[in-house]
Amino acid sequence: MLEIRDLCAGVEGNPILQNLNLRVKAGEVHAIMGPNGSGKSTLAQVLAGRSDYEVTGGSVLFNGADLLAMKPEDRARAGLFLAFQYPVEIPGVNSTSFLKAALNECRKARGQEELDAVEFLALVKEKTKLLDLDPALLSRSVNEGFSGGEKKRNEIFQMAVLEPRLAILDETDSGLDIDALKIVAGGVNKLRRPDNATLVITHYQRLLNYIVPDIVHVLMEGRIVKTGGKELALELEERGYDWLLETAASNGKP
Amino acid sequence: MIDTLNQPKAGPAPERAGVAPADSDQQRVQIVLDSFARADSSAFPPWLRTLRGAARARAGRMGFPTTRQEEWRFTNMAPVLQLPLHPAEKTGPALTRQDIARFAFGLDAHRLVFVDGHFCADLCSLPEEGNGLQLGNLLGQLAGDCPDVEQNLARHAPSDANFFTALNTAFFRDGAFVSIAAGKTAAKPVHLLFIGASEQAGATALSRNLILAQRGARLKVIESHVSLSDAARVTNTVTELVLGPGADVEHCKVQQESGRAFHIAAIQAVQAADSRWISHSIATGSRLARNQIQTLLNAGGAAAILNGLYLGDAEQLIDHHTVVDHARAHCESHEFYHGILAGRAHGVFNGKIFVRQDAQKTNAKQTNRNLLLSDNAVIDTKPQLEIFADDVKCTHGAAIGQLSDEAVFYLRSRGIGAEQARRILIQAFASDVIERIGIEPVRAGLEQMLAERFAPA
Repeated sequence: MLEIRDLCAGVEGNPILQNLNLRVKAGEVHAIMGPNGSGKSTLAQVLAGRSDYEVTGGSVLFNGADLLAMKPEDRARAGLFLAFQYPVEIPGVNSTSFLKAALNECRKARGQEELDAVEFLALVKEKTKLLDLDPALLSRSVNEGFSGGEKKRNEIFQMAVLEPRLAILDETDSGLDIDALKIVAGGVNKLRRPDNATLVITHYQRLLNYIVPDIVHVLMEGRIVKTGGKELALELEERGYDWLLETAASNGKP
Repeated sequence: MIDTLNQPKAGPAPERAGVAPADSDQQRVQIVLDSFARADSSAFPPWLRTLRGAARARAGRMGFPTTRQEEWRFTNMAPVLQLPLHPAEKTGPALTRQDIARFAFGLDAHRLVFVDGHFCADLCSLPEEGNGLQLGNLLGQLAGDCPDVEQNLARHAPSDANFFTALNTAFFRDGAFVSIAAGKTAAKPVHLLFIGASEQAGATALSRNLILAQRGARLKVIESHVSLSDAARVTNTVTELVLGPGADVEHCKVQQESGRAFHIAAIQAVQAADSRWISHSIATGSRLARNQIQTLLNAGGAAAILNGLYLGDAEQLIDHHTVVDHARAHCESHEFYHGILAGRAHGVFNGKIFVRQDAQKTNAKQTNRNLLLSDNAVIDTKPQLEIFADDVKCTHGAAIGQLSDEAVFYLRSRGIGAEQARRILIQAFASDVIERIGIEPVRAGLEQMLAERFAPA
């Protein structure tokens, strides 16, 4: 589904991602862990198409298409979704009409019929239950005045409505208490299907107790330095990241 | 989303009092005043004739404003003086209700209609008598015994400081009179509709409105200005509002005149104890618009809310000068203006707040934010706080900027195209003001106007 080859990217001439390689297949959950500053969020933003980051090398194939050549909106329409680490507050833009516009753009691109207001509200009702989200939030402006937890839940709610092929969760656990974490993780788990995939980016192992990954990668200094099963996350929790630094230094391409 | 405000560059020093304008301008002004005087009716009661004569003399002394004066520094009125200014006459065939339906916001309202400043009784919808709401044209009032009018008309709007207000007082033709009795709530909003129809350049409609809300009365007024002609007409309108103790008045001015029109408006409210005045100024039309919106908070507990939205494009100049005068203690004011400027449009916002020595415990807040959509659009924004009391809370903020890249990206990351994302955000910035209007059909009509204005080309 996703194939990243030798990806190099940076911001204002400073390299952040350096020859990063990653393959994600349909039906899989991958976790990317790593210390602060290792390039985790950069990877998420580059995949979503943020123009602040400059791609200096490598390629990314998304279901066979050249992802890096696509505009952000076309990536979303093709089924890529980024749950933001810091969702933006957008005063004056109603949550419901925004999401309806977004869903219908995605449906149009996929050759599906657009939903009318009644159909859309029925869908919203179903999905808010999944995330235990207060429907009143959706009559407000996008993320405006939402608590940290509500913002994160709203991201996963949007994901539930848009039904992406590949979801990237960027530090979705940060700022969540344990109850909210369980709800968010429960939502993500219910959305798992054999034909979609999830990339969970996180600093801590905690979230992975609830969203159990098939494969865990460690990202350090802009490249994947180690890949393993879910037990690798536990090992990192116990030993920290320092022991991997040597590996990062000695292996150009792990 | 917005860069910090750069203080406007220092301009030429304001003109000193007593220095007369250049001869040619002075002569031009005299010619204009004489032409208005020749057309003027003498049918007014003596007290008003006295006021008018004094105002005419003042207008003559003041002369036409120039950019050398601080109040007019950013707004050059010279193009108005170049027009063959004359009082607009009744022209063309009479309008029908069908002709004006599109200006009605689909609103079930009491309505007064003026065409080029002349009252059109046929097009009006008046309330039944006996419910405390009095509505009619000012000339009608002046023809009878009218102590309320005599006590208030031209007593509040300062014509000693503003040439156009003086001109209006000296020569207004007619206007709206709205009065609501103590303790009454108007069942429907009042719509004052001003239509510019003259095809003659320089045709000037001078209208004068008086709105009185007695103790505890509640009233909503829409004052809208539209054009049926594309001529370089001039609107000069003055509205005085007097709010008794505990009165609650919402006044929504919507200016959508055509692109060659000149629009000059002054609004002066005077507020008694515990009264609340909500003013909205939505300005999207005309080549040049100047709005002078002022309130005097004259007793404790009075509150004023001043909202505004100006949308400028092409070569438009839209100027708002607001004055909130905190004369007494325990009053509050909230001012919230947004501007969106494209093309080579020029916006001006000048927000004056006076806090007089007696006005302890004042709470005043002012916000002016501007979105510049092109490199050639210009905004001059200037908060001006003069505070003479020490126990007060006053805040102000002015900001100028472009659309937030972060917000555009967020919308795009959900599948919304770049252009649509920009439109959604621009419209949201405007809606932030529109949604404060408490008259639902007007709000809906303006949202629709925004959607059309920012629709894909």
